[in-house]
Amino acid sequence: MKKILACIDGSGFSDSVCAHAAWLSGRINAAVELLNVLPYSPERASLSDLSGTIGIDASSELLEQLTQADEVRAQLEQRKGRLILKHAEQRLRAEGVLEITSIKRRGTLTETISELENDAEIIVIGKRGEFAEFDAMHIGSNLERVARAVSKPLFVTPASFHPIQKFLIAFDGGASSTRALEYVISNPLLQGMECHVVTVGRDSDETRKTLGSAAAKLERGGYAVRSSFEAGYPDEAIQSYAASNNIDLLVIGAYGHSRIRDLIIGSTTTSIIMSCRIPLLLFR
Amino acid sequence: MSFSRIRLEWLGNIRGDLLAGMVVALALIPEAIAFSAIAGVDPKIGLYASFSMAVVIAVVGGRPAMISAATGAMALLMITLVKEHGLQYLLAATVLTGIFQVLAGVFKLGVLLRFVSRSVMTGFVNALAILIFLAQLPEFAGTGWQMYAMVALGLGIIYLFPRITKAIPSPLVCIIALSAISIVAGFGLRTVGDMGELPSQLPAFFFPQIPLTFETLMIILPYSLTLAVVGLLESLMTASIVDDLTDTGSDKNRVCWGQGAANIVTGFLGGMAGCAMIGQSVINVKSGGRGRLSTFFAGGFLLFLILVLGAWVRQIPMAALVSVMIMVAIGTFSWSSLASLRTHPKSSSLVMAATVIVVVATHDLAKGVFAGVLISALFFARKVSRLLSVKSKLSEEGDERVYHVYGQVFFASAEAFIAAFDFKEAIEKVRIDLTEAHFWDISAVSALDKVVLKFRREGAAVELVGLNKASATIIDKLAVHDKPDAFERVTDH
Repeated sequence: MKKILACIDGSGFSDSVCAHAAWLSGRINAAVELLNVLPYSPERASLSDLSGTIGIDASSELLEQLTQADEVRAQLEQRKGRLILKHAEQRLRAEGVLEITSIKRRGTLTETISELENDAEIIVIGKRGEFAEFDAMHIGSNLERVARAVSKPLFVTPASFHPIQKFLIAFDGGASSTRALEYVISNPLLQGMECHVVTVGRDSDETRKTLGSAAAKLERGGYAVRSSFEAGYPDEAIQSYAASNNIDLLVIGAYGHSRIRDLIIGSTTTSIIMSCRIPLLLFR
Repeated sequence: MSFSRIRLEWLGNIRGDLLAGMVVALALIPEAIAFSAIAGVDPKIGLYASFSMAVVIAVVGGRPAMISAATGAMALLMITLVKEHGLQYLLAATVLTGIFQVLAGVFKLGVLLRFVSRSVMTGFVNALAILIFLAQLPEFAGTGWQMYAMVALGLGIIYLFPRITKAIPSPLVCIIALSAISIVAGFGLRTVGDMGELPSQLPAFFFPQIPLTFETLMIILPYSLTLAVVGLLESLMTASIVDDLTDTGSDKNRVCWGQGAANIVTGFLGGMAGCAMIGQSVINVKSGGRGRLSTFFAGGFLLFLILVLGAWVRQIPMAALVSVMIMVAIGTFSWSSLASLRTHPKSSSLVMAATVIVVVATHDLAKGVFAGVLISALFFARKVSRLLSVKSKLSEEGDERVYHVYGQVFFASAEAFIAAFDFKEAIEKVRIDLTEAHFWDISAVSALDKVVLKFRREGAAVELVGLNKASATIIDKLAVHDKPDAFERVTDH
């Protein structure tokens, strides 16, 4: 059976992640795997001991001290993780999801997802995590790293769930947005919804042709398609199109450019994730 | 090695690393001077070594937060070289030691450490502690009660001062207090200044002044080999101690070549060969050091202190250094190993004791480890040789006896294997079932030949069952290790 990997951390977004995972599970008939990653934070010895002495059996005594410090913290984290997962399981069950598994792993989120993503169809993650709830325009520190590392579709959820009926696919002819297009056509996930395909850029025959062929492909895939050509910066143009057309879901190819270019002029993807208030489906 | 990993290793714990580095630097100064005294060179040789080794190992070493510097284990091995050939040969030997260690890292010899058992390692640290302690005794020669009183006072300060505050390194308090007493009271005790030249400027890069001949190579080669082996052993051991303490992993081959690179640079900067230090690394972790920055800062701060405070360092009485070194010896010794002498198996205790005795007798940790590894291998062979049993049954007709061999047949159990057969029984047919046995070497095969010949001479027809499977383990290059059913293929039949 197909699996949806839902990453939860007990933040305000976890509930929304569960709701979206339940919705996805109903659409593509997949099991949900809940993942809680316990941070790997090696102990820090109490900095108060600068005595610089080593007494009898110094090394084993120190090992014991450090182990105790780790033990207490790790047990608390484990208990917290268990509660978060239990709560999420109840939430999913209430939404009618039948196949639910839970895993707790220790490590960084990016590493853990890379280890587990092979079995997953879609990865669901909240826009922001546990320690980043203060700023509505902020992107969780983990999210960008995860988005760059995963090879499976990444579903980024906003703070709450709203029914999804209209989606927008941003198409620029690049490799990742082509993958997004192919996925939408071949997968039951979005079938039956109103589909908007948008290309942003300089108006030319070539870009018009790109948009036309994408729209034609989608129509052949069984979608009712509205295609539109927008001018301006991609992030702003897509946002304003989505807002004025009441779009419920954005489908985009993510991080098509090199990291160096992103570093200098900023990444379109990051900017869209930042300012977007509806769910996003990212493809690498 | 990703950028984020490098950043984490360097800047993941800045405050803790800087504080710990400072504590370690203060502790490194007396040690570097004391170890220079052991090796018979000026204090500046040890101090330059500790500076350059800490700084280089911080960058290239395999184990963040591990401290490498001039060490007692290495200093003890160079005494004769310095006495007979002088400093320049020591510097050349240091470079050659580094080259050997880099090669060991490149050829991934770090894995050989797994043949060094726990008992040998305990013996190693105990022997090291005893050697450091013994090396302090000459400082007492020809001194009066003042020396003993000063050392006793120093140890008192070192161990009792942390009860007042743990914010100031007590060895530093000890050094300052004893220096003050020595300057004011003027007992005429020896001071660091009497030991030889201190660094007065930054170390400079230069080539050791030796004739580049085959004779030179032959002089330094044996020393370099031993230094390389001992240095790697202590470095790998320290790395695994720091691994345990911080609950993180380290690249053992990088530990090897990193230590080698540090020794090469050190040799060219006029420092003596060194390696990782167990005691200092424990102090570093205890003080909150976790990243490469702690080691780097320890080295840099050490040189800064020496250059700025050189005039004061000169006046530190040797009694203060002796106190600090006795603390290091006590902290390095595994006292719990004494208690477990009674509870651990006798063979393990014997291996530990043998390692200690050989080291203390020869002042060479490499020889002690070699003896320890050899003895533990023999004990292991003897233990495994007991995993052999031969059962026999007479057939119902009474004309055939079936021997079932279970377990391990190899050089240590071949004798017992032969003795398990009853050649005096007059019987016409003998069947030896080897399906449950493992033949590990040629001794096992010739033992079996012997058994077959003996039976034939008694007039019995011998039939062997399952020989092919039993002898599958003989062939060294079976090349099944990396196949999924390797274990079954070698053992389960």
